[in-house]
Amino acid sequence: MQTLAMHISNGIINGPVAAVFGALALAALTFCVLRARADLDDRLAPMAGLVAAFIFAVQMLNFPIFTAGVSGHLLGGALAALLVGPWVGALCVAVVLVVQALVFGDGGVAMLGLNITNMALLGTAAAYLLIALLLRVLPRTRAGLAVTAFVSALVSVVVASQGFVLQYALGGTTDLGGNLAGLAGTMAVAHLLIGIGEGLITATTVLTVAKVRPDLVYALRSRRAAAPAVAVPVAGGVR
Amino acid sequence: MRKRTWGFVGVGLLAALLLAGVVSNYASSHPDGLDSSLLKGCTVNADHEITGGSCPAQQAREHELADSPLADYGIKGVDSDFLSTGLSGVVGVLLTFAVGGGAFWLLRRRTPAGDGPTTAAGPTTGDRPTTAAGPTTGDEPGNDRDTDTDRPAVDAGRGPTG
Repeated sequence: MQTLAMHISNGIINGPVAAVFGALALAALTFCVLRARADLDDRLAPMAGLVAAFIFAVQMLNFPIFTAGVSGHLLGGALAALLVGPWVGALCVAVVLVVQALVFGDGGVAMLGLNITNMALLGTAAAYLLIALLLRVLPRTRAGLAVTAFVSALVSVVVASQGFVLQYALGGTTDLGGNLAGLAGTMAVAHLLIGIGEGLITATTVLTVAKVRPDLVYALRSRRAAAPAVAVPVAGGVR
Repeated sequence: MRKRTWGFVGVGLLAALLLAGVVSNYASSHPDGLDSSLLKGCTVNADHEITGGSCPAQQAREHELADSPLADYGIKGVDSDFLSTGLSGVVGVLLTFAVGGGAFWLLRRRTPAGDGPTTAAGPTTGDRPTTAAGPTTGDEPGNDRDTDTDRPAVDAGRGPTG
């Protein structure tokens, strides 16, 4: 119960590389803020706060994966991208990581740029690209939405884990003796399994919101506008 | 509509509080995918402390804020593990909501303000109407009933094109 460091700790990646990723993350988040403003209105802003708080909560819930002695937890990029869109979504995950690093001592403060790059930026971006693709090709049903959520969540977790491998290749503090592929493989397998959990949580959550308040699911907006059976034809009421 | 959104947010927040405040105590205490990968090559004891071997995790250094009263998802001075973890989760959820929600609230477009040139120019994904060109009627002093009527009629026209 007491361990629970979930993100990259100080000392794992060297200072210069951590600083470079810090600058990179800051630039990317600034860009996200600019793009997010177009999405954020009176309805999305409170929803985005909720998404961040919900991701914080679920990240505490480490679940066992099928290999002995290893757990996983939600990263949240796909969930955020589905519910509040990619730009606001990335910011939601970043807010969680900042709170965790500055208040809960989880993930080194000096490592914040690395953690944000992997989970808030790479994870959310990978998820959203898949979401945009899958929602176009899959049937517009609850099953289609479930598959979209599951697959995008799973892939985003594996992508985020490989982001760490790249960072380790650039500035890892232990000489792996050329065995970076070993680390990549270990991370990929573990996060493939974690991704299954992430996919289940993401799909369950998004389907629940879609059932209660479909208008609060960002990813469904264009879809619903395009659907022929929309009941309210005037004044943007479909949103 | 806006009130109903806040209602939904309230219910969602309660769910998050329950998860972080209670369910978190039943979370797995095994190292996560990242930690376990970094422990590869080392032997660890039952408390997941390194006992030998060589692995990347050995380079880990103390967190800058390891003395924070909420470090490691517990509350300093609370003896009961259950309470300590649960309360830290509750604080975390409320804090994250306050920080995130507050920042997003400040960043939001203030559509109903009524000033014309607030159009949020770039549709982010091109798949939803983002015209926020100010209300056509201009007379909605703090009317909470239905934000949808705030939407300019253009939105409806653009809807079914996708």
